[in-house]
Amino acid sequence: MTDTIHIKVKRQDRPDSKPYWEEFKLPYKPQHNIISVLMTLREEPVNVKGERVAPVVYEANCMEEVCGACTMVINGRVRQACSALVDQLKQPITLEPMTKFPVVRDLMVDRQSMFDALRRIKAWVDLDGSYDIHVHAPRISPKDWEHNYDISRCMTCGCCMEACPQVMPLPWGKPKPDGDFIGPAPLAQVALFNNHPTGGFQKEDRLNAIMGPGGITDCGNAQNCIAVCPKEIKITDAIARLGRQTTSQALKNIFVK
Amino acid sequence: MALKKPKIIVVGGGLGGLWATIRIAEAGHEVDLFSLFPVKRSHSACAQGGINACLDTKGETDSVWQHTVDTIKGGAYLAHQPPIKSMCEDAPGLIRTYDRMGVTFSRTPEGVMDLRLFGGVKNRRTCFAGATSGQQLLYGVDEQVRKHEELGRVKKYEWWEFLSIVKDGQGICRGITAMNLQTMETRTFRADAVVLATGGLGLVYYRSTNSTNSTGAAAARVYQQGANFVNGEFIQFHPTGMPGDDKNRLMSEAARGEGGRVWVPKDPKDARDPMDIPENERWYFLEEWYPAFGNTVPRDVAARAIWKVVHDHKMGLGGKDLVYLDLTHRSPEFLKTRLGGIMEIYEKFAGEDPTKRPMKIFPAVHYSMGGLWVDWEKDEATGGMKQPSARNHQTKIPGLFACGECDGAYHGANRLGANSLLSASYSGRVAGESVVAYLKGLEHGADAVDESAYVDEKARQDGLNQRLLSGGGTENPFLLWKELGEVMRAKVSIIRNNKDLDIALEQIRELRARSGNLTLDDTKGWANAPLAFARQVQDMIVLAEVMAKGARLRDECRGSHWKPEFELPIPEGKFPGDPEFEEYRAKWKANNDEWLKTTVATHTEDGPAISYEAVDTSIYPPENPRDYR
Repeated sequence: MTDTIHIKVKRQDRPDSKPYWEEFKLPYKPQHNIISVLMTLREEPVNVKGERVAPVVYEANCMEEVCGACTMVINGRVRQACSALVDQLKQPITLEPMTKFPVVRDLMVDRQSMFDALRRIKAWVDLDGSYDIHVHAPRISPKDWEHNYDISRCMTCGCCMEACPQVMPLPWGKPKPDGDFIGPAPLAQVALFNNHPTGGFQKEDRLNAIMGPGGITDCGNAQNCIAVCPKEIKITDAIARLGRQTTSQALKNIFVK
Repeated sequence: MALKKPKIIVVGGGLGGLWATIRIAEAGHEVDLFSLFPVKRSHSACAQGGINACLDTKGETDSVWQHTVDTIKGGAYLAHQPPIKSMCEDAPGLIRTYDRMGVTFSRTPEGVMDLRLFGGVKNRRTCFAGATSGQQLLYGVDEQVRKHEELGRVKKYEWWEFLSIVKDGQGICRGITAMNLQTMETRTFRADAVVLATGGLGLVYYRSTNSTNSTGAAAARVYQQGANFVNGEFIQFHPTGMPGDDKNRLMSEAARGEGGRVWVPKDPKDARDPMDIPENERWYFLEEWYPAFGNTVPRDVAARAIWKVVHDHKMGLGGKDLVYLDLTHRSPEFLKTRLGGIMEIYEKFAGEDPTKRPMKIFPAVHYSMGGLWVDWEKDEATGGMKQPSARNHQTKIPGLFACGECDGAYHGANRLGANSLLSASYSGRVAGESVVAYLKGLEHGADAVDESAYVDEKARQDGLNQRLLSGGGTENPFLLWKELGEVMRAKVSIIRNNKDLDIALEQIRELRARSGNLTLDDTKGWANAPLAFARQVQDMIVLAEVMAKGARLRDECRGSHWKPEFELPIPEGKFPGDPEFEEYRAKWKANNDEWLKTTVATHTEDGPAISYEAVDTSIYPPENPRDYR
C-alpha cells in the first residue's frame, strides 16, 4: 500500500482542442473512490510539476451507481467512477473520457446521442393521458417482471456503447448519422417496451425503427456490452429476442401489405 | 382573456418537474424544461424503498384514512392537513398511472403489484420496484416526457443552471435567467409561469445521502428574491446510512421493512465477528424500546435511538459511530429479489456481502421537510385541497410555483418513508394543473412585459459571474463548503442545543461574509464547473442560516427537531387512560398551543426574519401524541 494516490488524467480544454495528459498525486486515504479523489483535487488543484491548474472537469451526481453520470475509462476499462474504489485499482490510475461520445471538457462527454436513440425507438408506453383511468396495467407474471426489471435498470450510462466495436465515435456538434449502429442500450429498451402488455401495442413501430441500416443487424455479437454493463443486464439475450421479432416483422412487412 | 400561446418554464427534471411538465403539456401548452444535467440522472433515481398508496391488497384492511393519519402523526402534526388528505386519496390513482406507464413494480405470484412494510405504519402500503423504486418511477415519467418532446410540446434545456426569476413591475414572475453550463453564457427566458422542482439541499451538510447536485441553490435564489422558506430546521436524518467521507450512501428503510434488525453487542468491548455473537448477547434496542413497531419505527425515532445507543450508552461498534443492520437471517434469494439494488451498493462500497454479514450503519442527513412556502386552496365541501386551483403550490411570488422536495408542504416535522416519492409525484401533478388554471386567469402574458426587466436581471447575473471570474478573492469555494458542512453536522444535527446553535449562527454569518471573497482556480469561459459551484456555495450558506435560525428559535422537541432541554418524555410503562399519561398529554397539548406553528423565513439583507403561521389541523386534530411503543 502506497501513501499517495497517483492519477494520470487525459484532459481536453474544449471539444475542438487537443487532448493532453496531466498527472496528480494526493495523500492516500482509505475508501477513496475516483469521484472523491477528483473532489479532493478541486480543493488543491496542483499537478505533479507543482503547477496550480484548473480543476479536472467531470460529471457526477448520485455517487452510488444508479444515475449513470460519472462513466469514464479507468485503467482502460469503462465504468462508473463513483464505484471505482482506489484500493482496488492499480496505480498510477489512468482516467480518460469515453471515446464514443464527443468530449465537452476533460472527463465530461455529451451522451445526447443515446437519448436521441430513445426517441427514435419510441421508448415509452403510449398513454391516453397521465390521469387516473381507474384500472391498473394488465397483470405481469413474476417471470416477465424479472426480464423487464433486468432491462429497466439501464441508466443510459454508455458503458456498453463504449465497449461495442460496432458503435462509431461521434464528433462534436454532429448528430449521429442514421446509418451508424444505434448500439446495445437502445436495442435492449426496444425489447423492454415490446415485452410490456400494452407497450407491445407499438411493437411494429419499434421493430421497424431498428430494421434499417444502423439497426439490429449491425450487432456483431461481440458480447462486449454484457461484459461491461455495471448492472449486468442481459443485453445480448434481449438482442437475440429482438432478432427473432425483427425477422418475423420483416416477413410480415413483405407479405401483409 | 386567455393568452394565445402561453410559454411555461419548469426548472428541474426529477419526479416533481417531470410530472408538472407532463400535465402542462397534456393541456396543450409548450414547456421549456431546464435541468443541470440530463433529467434522467436526477436525484429521484436514488430513492430505493418505494412509494406509499393504500391499495389494501394484503388482507390488512388498510385505508386511505389510516394513510392520512399516519402521515399527519408521522409529521408530528406540523403539516397542513387538507393537502395531506388529498394526497393520500389520490395516491392509488397515481400508482395506477405509473403502472400504466410501464413502471416495473415488483409482482406477487398472481402478477399484481406487491406491497411491503415501511416505517411508522402497521400495514403493508408501500409499492416498490426491487430496491430501485425511485429510479423506476423516474424513468416512467422521463419516458412520457420524451414522448411529449417528440410531439414538439417540450423543449429540454439540459446543462443549464437556473440563476434567478425575472419579475415585472407588479412583482409577478415573468421568466428566468439561466446559465449554459458549457458556453457559460447567461440568458433570459420569458415565461408566463415558472415551476421550480429543484429538489433537496443535503449538500448544505457537505455529507448526506443526497446527490452532488442537491445544493438547494435554486430554492435559495428565489428565497432571496422574495419567496418565503418554511420549516428549514426540520432535516430528516435517515437512520440507516453507510458512513463515507464523500457521501453517506443510503441503505433503504425497506431493509427494515423486509425484516432487518438493528443491534449492537451487549458488551461494547465484544470484538468477535458479528456472526459469532450469540443471540442472547445482542441488544436489539429498537425492538426492546418500541415493542409495537420494533425496527420499523419512524425515521426520527430510529435515528435518535441509534444516536442514544452510540453517544449516551457508548455502545457503538468498536467505539465508533456505527451499529449493525442485520438481514443475514433472510435467504440470499429473497434478498436478491426484494432488495438487490441496495445489497449490490453495500457490497460494492463496503466490500462485504450483506447477505452473509450484518451491515454497519449510522444516521445520515437525508431529506428536507422544510422548503419554499406554497399556497393551497381548501375545498370546503370535502375538507381537502380544492383541485384544480391556481393557488395550489404557488409561492408567495405570483406566477412562481414550487413542487417536490424544494417545497415544504406535506411532511411537517418528519417524513414517513416512501412518502417522498408520493409527494414529489403528487405535488408535481398538482403544480402542473395549477399552472394551467393560473394561465386562464392571466390578463396579459410575458410578451407584454418591458424588455428592461430582462435586461436588468441579466446584467445583475453577469455582474455576479464577472466578480467571481475577475479574481482578487482569497477563499476557495470548495474548502468553504467543507467548513459549512462541518458547522452544520456538528451543531445543527440530530440532537441540538441553543448554545451550539448560537455559535453555529455566528459561524455561518462569518462564512457568509467570506463567501463574498471567493477565488476560482478556473477562469476559462467553457464548462467552468468551479464558477457554477461557487455560486451554489454562496446560496447554500444563505439556506444554512435559515435552517440554523429556525432551529435556534424553536424551543421544543418535534419530529426531527430535538432539543433535550425541552423534551416532554412519555412516562415509562404508562398508556392512554393512566393518570400519568393523561398528565403528559395535557403538557403535550400545552406545548402544541405554543409551538404547533409553521416557521416562516423571509429574506432580509441582515439574514432571515422569522415569523410563524398557524397550521390547519382540521382533519385529525392534535389530541393523540405520537407513541410508537
